[in-house]
Amino acid sequence: MDIKKTPKKLNVKEKYRLMTRDLAWEPSYRDEKEIYPYVDYEGIKVHDWSKWEDPFRLTMDAYWKYQAEKERKYYAIIDAHAQNNGHLNVTDARYLTAIKLFLQGISPAEYASHRGFARVGREFAGVGPQVACQMQSIDEIRHAQTQVHAMSNYNKFYNGFKDFASQRDRIWYNSVPRSFFDDAMSAGPFEFLIAIGFSFEYVLTNLLFVPFMSGAAYNGDMATCTFGFSAQSDEARHMTLGLECIKFMLEQDPDNIPIVQKWIDKWFWRGCRLLTLVAAMMDYMLPKRVMSWREAWNIYGVENGNALFRDLARYGIKPPMHWDDVEKSIDHTSHQIMLGLYQWKFGTAFHSWTPTASDIEWLKEKYPTTFEKYYLPRWEYAIAQKEAGGEYNNFGLPKLCQTCQLPCLFTEPDDPTQLAHRETEYEGEKYHFCSDGCQHVFEQEPEKYVQAWLPMPALMQEPLKGDLAAWMEWVSLEPAAAGEYASSEDKANFEKWRKQVSTD
Amino acid sequence: MAVVANGEYKFPSRDRVENYYGHQLLFACWDHHMLMAAPFMLFGAPDQKLGDIIEQQLKPLMQPDPDFDKIDWDAIEWTKSGEPWTPDFTKTIKQNGLVHKEQFRFKTPGLSTLVPPQGE
Repeated sequence: MDIKKTPKKLNVKEKYRLMTRDLAWEPSYRDEKEIYPYVDYEGIKVHDWSKWEDPFRLTMDAYWKYQAEKERKYYAIIDAHAQNNGHLNVTDARYLTAIKLFLQGISPAEYASHRGFARVGREFAGVGPQVACQMQSIDEIRHAQTQVHAMSNYNKFYNGFKDFASQRDRIWYNSVPRSFFDDAMSAGPFEFLIAIGFSFEYVLTNLLFVPFMSGAAYNGDMATCTFGFSAQSDEARHMTLGLECIKFMLEQDPDNIPIVQKWIDKWFWRGCRLLTLVAAMMDYMLPKRVMSWREAWNIYGVENGNALFRDLARYGIKPPMHWDDVEKSIDHTSHQIMLGLYQWKFGTAFHSWTPTASDIEWLKEKYPTTFEKYYLPRWEYAIAQKEAGGEYNNFGLPKLCQTCQLPCLFTEPDDPTQLAHRETEYEGEKYHFCSDGCQHVFEQEPEKYVQAWLPMPALMQEPLKGDLAAWMEWVSLEPAAAGEYASSEDKANFEKWRKQVSTD
Repeated sequence: MAVVANGEYKFPSRDRVENYYGHQLLFACWDHHMLMAAPFMLFGAPDQKLGDIIEQQLKPLMQPDPDFDKIDWDAIEWTKSGEPWTPDFTKTIKQNGLVHKEQFRFKTPGLSTLVPPQGE
């Protein structure tokens, strides 16, 4: 009788070596430059790729096993949510605005991130970062898919979900996240890692994910909340990868430090501008709020950021250039953005509304120095219009920032009564910005940003030539998905169905 | 500073004036009046009268602001690219020196119904 031989079990270290580092080989008939043509031009010097440390030592076999387990649990909950009318458990249908914005703006960003990491995983010359980036790439496409699945159930019942992919590409406010990722995707591989891996995943991701996922939990959205839990361990890994990549660059050569600093300055500012939409979500869109944008910034921005930049100071890295301007804007941006979204609500694939009396009390308490003085009079004006049977809309097309693509609705850092105006001339043409931060980003690479597709100027060009009906069709915006929440089909249906469920 | 690229990097601007079939963009901002959240984008041909642009495009957009009816149009302080400027409404956009994507701003001192006066 043959004795069954148990194969020798590999320990983690050996397995990691065999399944990552050992996959590399020395090219024999092509030189390195031909194989990795993008790895030098940004000016980052790498002397020894083997110095890249993967703190998780994750290998593909373990990855599949672990993720498959998570997704089985995840889809069990998603199914239960769909079968038990989970959509009627959310606080009220105003909550849906937050997840519509997430589905249109953030889920496609996960997909863009998947493409970006797949690309840089191919472009780096060392097998350590190649494997780490490929695994993050698979995480990102899983996130995009699972988010779409989580929210697809809402699409059966409510407006504004059905064509998120076209809306991501075409509708005006989504050009903000889209241009952010296009900017990173069209940069070199090292800048991409600082942009997405470090600035976005490490410095800012908590400001995005914690509010969204705790917001989902607070507001009874099991589907989105479950996604959050499922993605949490991936996010932790991404943050560690982000930190590892910056330390690797800084340790490889002192010449890398000023290049990395320039990218941190740029991507921190761009990230903060992008997150102003999250600020509006936290302060205005959640029927039950988790914390204010100011409170989130104090914890995840200031405390974590200070610790991080203290740690990086030993390499000669300074806190991001426009940090102080961000700090000054925190008590203002959510109000400025939400007032904008409300007045342009006829052109958004989600609903907005005026704050209720209890919302106003909460905003006064959370923003004691700014809300009542600067922003309440404008909300009271809108509320009065509504009570008189009218509606406050702004049918003007806004001036957009050439860099972040948001409407130029932010005020001077030291004067909340004055919009910030910045302009420059490049090769005989004028360009406008919302801030010093965005102007600075443009002036570092004007050749890049002159190509920006700005939705408002584009509306006046061929083929739309200012035709708003044609524009609505092109961006796939149905009138029922836009406008005031109070008069929306979503609100009426939600209330009707909830009543049916409770009387059955 | 210039973009760092691994080849020649030269592309036309997306919003160059040639893309507007003989028209151009302008931006207008009513200072300290932020009920309308951002400066307005206006659209016209260079030989259009500035007064027509103001009457037909700008004024209807400003109307919701409670200060609109109180504006003394002769007492407005105008600026263009940060410099004091005197527009002539009877002249064309071009004659007024307003190039493609130019922004002009105007102040109406004493009117501050929805936004506190500057510095307060």
